[in-house]
Amino acid sequence: MIIKNKTIIEDDWQVLRLQGQETAKEVVIPDGKIIVPLKVWLEQRAVLQQRNDIGVWLASDERPEDLTEDIHRFSVIAVDFPKFSDGRGYSIAYNLRARMGYSGELRAIGDVLRDQLFYMQRVGFDTFEPRPDRDINDALKGLKDFSEVYQTSIDQKQPLFRRVIRQGMDVAGSGND
Amino acid sequence: MYCYDEYDQRMIDERVAQYRDQVRRRLSNELTETEFLPLRLQNGLYMQIHGYMLRIAVPYGLISSRQMRMFAHIARKYDRGYGHFTTRQNIQFNWLKLEDTPDILADLATVQMHAIQTSGNCVRNITSDEFAGVAQDEVVDPRPYAEILRQWSTFHPEFAYLPRKFKIAISGAKEDRAAILAHDIGLSVTKNAQGETGFRVLVGGGLGRTPVIGSEICAFLPWQHLLTYVESILRIYNQFGRRDNKFKARIKILVKALGIDEFRRLVEEDWADLKDGPGTLTREEVERVAGFFTDPAYEVLVGNDFNLKEFVADNRNFSNWMKHNVRPHRVPGYAIVVLSVKKPGNAPGDMTDAQMDAVAELADRYSFGEMRITHKQNLVFADVKQTDLIELWNELSRLELASPNIGMLTDIISCPGAEFCTLANARSIPLSKLIAERFENLDFQYDIGEISLNISGCMNACGQHHIGNIGITGVEKKNHEEWYQISIGGAEGNSCSLGKILGPSLTFYQVPEAIDRILQVYLRERIDEGERFIDTVRRIGHTPFKDHVYAAGFTEESIKPDDKDAVVAAQYAIPFFSPRF
Repeated sequence: MIIKNKTIIEDDWQVLRLQGQETAKEVVIPDGKIIVPLKVWLEQRAVLQQRNDIGVWLASDERPEDLTEDIHRFSVIAVDFPKFSDGRGYSIAYNLRARMGYSGELRAIGDVLRDQLFYMQRVGFDTFEPRPDRDINDALKGLKDFSEVYQTSIDQKQPLFRRVIRQGMDVAGSGND
Repeated sequence: MYCYDEYDQRMIDERVAQYRDQVRRRLSNELTETEFLPLRLQNGLYMQIHGYMLRIAVPYGLISSRQMRMFAHIARKYDRGYGHFTTRQNIQFNWLKLEDTPDILADLATVQMHAIQTSGNCVRNITSDEFAGVAQDEVVDPRPYAEILRQWSTFHPEFAYLPRKFKIAISGAKEDRAAILAHDIGLSVTKNAQGETGFRVLVGGGLGRTPVIGSEICAFLPWQHLLTYVESILRIYNQFGRRDNKFKARIKILVKALGIDEFRRLVEEDWADLKDGPGTLTREEVERVAGFFTDPAYEVLVGNDFNLKEFVADNRNFSNWMKHNVRPHRVPGYAIVVLSVKKPGNAPGDMTDAQMDAVAELADRYSFGEMRITHKQNLVFADVKQTDLIELWNELSRLELASPNIGMLTDIISCPGAEFCTLANARSIPLSKLIAERFENLDFQYDIGEISLNISGCMNACGQHHIGNIGITGVEKKNHEEWYQISIGGAEGNSCSLGKILGPSLTFYQVPEAIDRILQVYLRERIDEGERFIDTVRRIGHTPFKDHVYAAGFTEESIKPDDKDAVVAAQYAIPFFSPRF
């Protein structure tokens, strides 16, 4: 089960992670919808680009620029959070959306927890695979922690001060009382 | 001062609800401590030696009397009757229960306050000049920009899990009183030759384990671009800052590793995409926010009050206070008053609930209901009529907040130290007490003149020891004794410099003696009374100080036998010193 567009749905993508002795060059990619590591994609591109059921995932220390023009062929790109406190994935997502124009599914995988979902959706993630030991219904609530934001990001192109008329001193009265 | 509108209020109310639920999940063990840790830290909650410590944000140090009364209420209801003002212009409460903290935050939200991002690896509370808006040397009032940055950084989705904490300071005067060279980003608001407002942007400064003076990344950034440029700096840091080693994770290490030119190239490359985009500040927004920082209703007064002059001549205590704790104001007939929270014998920056209530009352009566918390852990009344100074001095004297020692030897900056903090190697507050009591004599302090003495319980430098003229750092505990390093030559302000370690570390009871010897060298070597301590150190170098401090050795007599046990680690359970004990 995953959260996609704020709804819990069944999911048939498999995330492939290299195990033990497996190498990006030699690992065998099974049939079916598979999200492969960036390294695997780069090593096996010639073969994999023949398939239309391949997604790719980026580790937090990898650069989305490495996907180059391939980026638009994917219907899903995932970003891995090795631990929730590693915040590089937020800038990777931002860059994928804002700088590289990726408009397909952007999925957060790894140590994905309720209390980070609000920020994740702001920087462009639309799909979340919460950690399996957690209640996904509970995680869904994390998307609604705040109803308003100050600053621009992927979900909100205009800062609050350009979107609404905010109260100035005249209306608010003296701050001294 | 800034007043929340419905949007600001809604966001902090929602934060309280979110946090309340996080605490509920922690108490029911749904969240592990590891998972709860970064959540509580982004709400300023630390687990310390005695319990939970809550650090409440005081944006750029500015606070109303109503908010101060709320601190008094929190001290009384949830804590042990006092709070601690910090070097980052915030306040900390040390004795809280986890289950009370959601209620405390709810109470704070009723007076437009919060503890958001006062800890954690995110953008922290923005700090600024404690004399902003009233200083005679001010070029541009930094407060509107500090508030704009506060809002921008609050819940920024991309920068909540940075490699390490991130501190921004902003100053708008000719003399830097916000230590902008010692921050991750330092901003100096200024005007160019055409009279346009902009920022000199510094990056990669900071104290802590590896102290570094910030480098200039942009000489003049037009005001419109403040938020987008800062965003680009943070994005580069978030992607490339080191995460493999906590001690090398601050932006200063990245800037050093890349060099300022390469770092600037990366920032400007990122910024090219944001420049002039929707994140650009509008004149309307700056004017809206600046509208909250206009002058209070000053009376038209003549400059000099003759009664005051007479009283100064008659009363030495008052004239000392006038000389050291009162600063000139840009409006005729007004003065800036620094309340000394440094009475020798008290913990630097600690204030009781009764003092807080009383200070709030005085602020209402004498300073338009507002005050500021300084990074030197004192308080400021920014707008006092000169004709009120005698009355105010009388009131403050009764409250023990009129020690005429601002900028003097006993105006000590001190972190909470090992009695409270799990990071500290050694105690800070009792050492500050020992030093303050040894040099309490005012004539001696005035003879020494302007000097700063900063104490940190460990190399993390919350006491900003690197930029103290004399800096003291707790380095280790061994054989039941605490050891401290002394450095000299540090300074803040426009000629910011980092202190250099004098020599081998010393024990708790040796430190005051060593300071005495340092001061003896200064008194011997200074050209005249006009040469400040820091100037003498810069002129003659460290060697004469080092030679004199270590020449004689330290005898056991400098250790008071009765108190020797006081440094045993196990006895930290009850801090032997605070206003309450």
